[in-house]
Amino acid sequence: MMQHRSHLYGVMGEFVTPEELIHAIEKVREAGYRRLDAYAPFPVVGLSEALGLKRNLVPLITLLGGLAGGLGGFCFQYWAAAITYPMNIGGRPLNSWPAFIPVTFELTVLGAALSAVFGMLALNRLPQPHHPVFNVPRFAHASTDRFFLCIEAHDPKFHLADTARLLQSLHAHHVSEVADD
Amino acid sequence: MSAGQPPLDSPEIRRLTPVIGPGHTYGSVTDKISAIVLTRPTSLGWFVGFAIAFSLMGMMTVAIAWLVIKGTGIWGINIPIGWGFAIVNFVWWIGIGHAGTLISAILFLLNQKWRTSINRFAEAMTLFAVACAGIFPLIHTGRPWMAFYMFPYPSTMGLWPQFRSPLIWDVFAVSTYGTVSLLFWFVGLIPDLATLRDRAVQKPMKIIYGMVSMGWRGSARHWHRYQSAYLLLAGLATPLVLSVHTVVSFDFAIAIVPGWHTTIFPPYFVAGAIYSGFAMVLTIAIPLRKAYGLEDFITMRHLDNMAKVMLATGLIVAYGYFFEFFMSSYSGNKFDLFLVQQRLHGPYAPFYFALILCNILTPQLLWFYKMRHNVVVLFLMSIVVNIGMWLERFVIVVISLTRDFVPSAWGRYSPTFWDWATFIGTIGMFVTLIFLFVRVLPAISIAEMRELVAEKSEEEQ
Repeated sequence: MMQHRSHLYGVMGEFVTPEELIHAIEKVREAGYRRLDAYAPFPVVGLSEALGLKRNLVPLITLLGGLAGGLGGFCFQYWAAAITYPMNIGGRPLNSWPAFIPVTFELTVLGAALSAVFGMLALNRLPQPHHPVFNVPRFAHASTDRFFLCIEAHDPKFHLADTARLLQSLHAHHVSEVADD
Repeated sequence: MSAGQPPLDSPEIRRLTPVIGPGHTYGSVTDKISAIVLTRPTSLGWFVGFAIAFSLMGMMTVAIAWLVIKGTGIWGINIPIGWGFAIVNFVWWIGIGHAGTLISAILFLLNQKWRTSINRFAEAMTLFAVACAGIFPLIHTGRPWMAFYMFPYPSTMGLWPQFRSPLIWDVFAVSTYGTVSLLFWFVGLIPDLATLRDRAVQKPMKIIYGMVSMGWRGSARHWHRYQSAYLLLAGLATPLVLSVHTVVSFDFAIAIVPGWHTTIFPPYFVAGAIYSGFAMVLTIAIPLRKAYGLEDFITMRHLDNMAKVMLATGLIVAYGYFFEFFMSSYSGNKFDLFLVQQRLHGPYAPFYFALILCNILTPQLLWFYKMRHNVVVLFLMSIVVNIGMWLERFVIVVISLTRDFVPSAWGRYSPTFWDWATFIGTIGMFVTLIFLFVRVLPAISIAEMRELVAEKSEEEQ
């Protein structure tokens, strides 16, 4: 049994509609489970709230990336045009800041967009070609029209038979064990 | 059309024309869109179209190779008309590239549901148009292998780009726009690539789609961050899309050449870009929905809305033309007045009148409901607007440069065979890329169509 437990990632239930999925999550959380994740073919309204997900770090990373791009961009132009390569054109000011605004703006957007995308991917730990949930054959439908709820084995309340029974009582269409390899 | 429905032009149907056909489920939208890529046999029409487009692209390659061997002397450019076709085509293509991001970002922020089925291929169109646009300034430098001079890199000569120059702003604006559009498009594609991975039958397809989908598994935690990132990208792309054609217009407006040095240029360039971009989206959408039977997803509502956007931006462009006249007479600047006169009576006057016909007069037909709902008329109209917007850039570049301040600096411009070969060649490249895109990637966002189905079923309950 111990051997078996260490090779188990969790138990997964399959649902047909997003409403059933959200209802199941609420019940499972009421039963005291905390280590769970849901899988859906599109962002379901209310899913994050049902799972109790907090605000994420993507906006902060994006802000920092944008600030770095904008400040870096402006300082760099200042340095290039006024310090390291000054050109005296009829005595015009070297720090002609209005002329530096377009590039500063573009670099702000570039820095923010790159950090939004790569920040999101990094926080999601993607790319990750393999994950235990893919061991469930029916999980291929998670990208089409089925909704899955997986209760993970490292949840303190996890008990294979009881947890599977709970999912079944919530009208999951298929309940499968998820092998961990 | 099933019996019992009210006639097409009744007010109820106008209001109720759906953004998605009736009876669709999560599974059916997925099947229908992914089948185009995965199971549908490639039609003869696809091969014929691809062959024609690819040959034209080959002509572009030859034209560019000949340019590299001989230099820009093979073009019609001269002094004083140093810009010619290269810049006309650059501005035209980059303008076309505006609709994609406008549809995906601005309409997303405005919560316009009808954007869903057109945003994916409009974004693809943006990327391909930006790729075509990028070729022109690059080869117009004459020595494209030295183009990296425009980027700030630590050179042994201690040189830095001139950041006060609009041409350098252009480098940053266009490359940022290309990068952000690519990111936006790719982020939108990730869930659909995962769908294709899970539905692909052949092993190589599974592996390729598996690699590019990066192991996306639709986890709620992933969606949570994904949605934040997508919303932020939309918010960032919105000012970006407005800034790009503004910066392109600075290439002209910052110069003191008559007809260029006006403050109306940035807004009127942006409106013109959206105008031509929507025209190109229609040019692609109408054959696409016909060829792949996507009338349920790209409905008349979409075509109608796009026609309305074209009409509105076309009127802004008309306002811009009018104001060029008004400002030149109101300011009394004799060079500006002379330029206006040259547009009406000079050697290039036929181009100007053709431009007015294509961009201002013809699109007025779009006021009529019957015209907006006639697919053939819309398709022809979109071609006319594409031609009109190309003529606009030709008029701006050529008339101003041939009629400078002093008569001794006047000149004439006519394109050569190689100018045309390069221009038509980029159209070939654009169409080639569109054909490949439709064949290997889902042309409509499957994940967003599922969201639409979910919302629709909620509304019905």
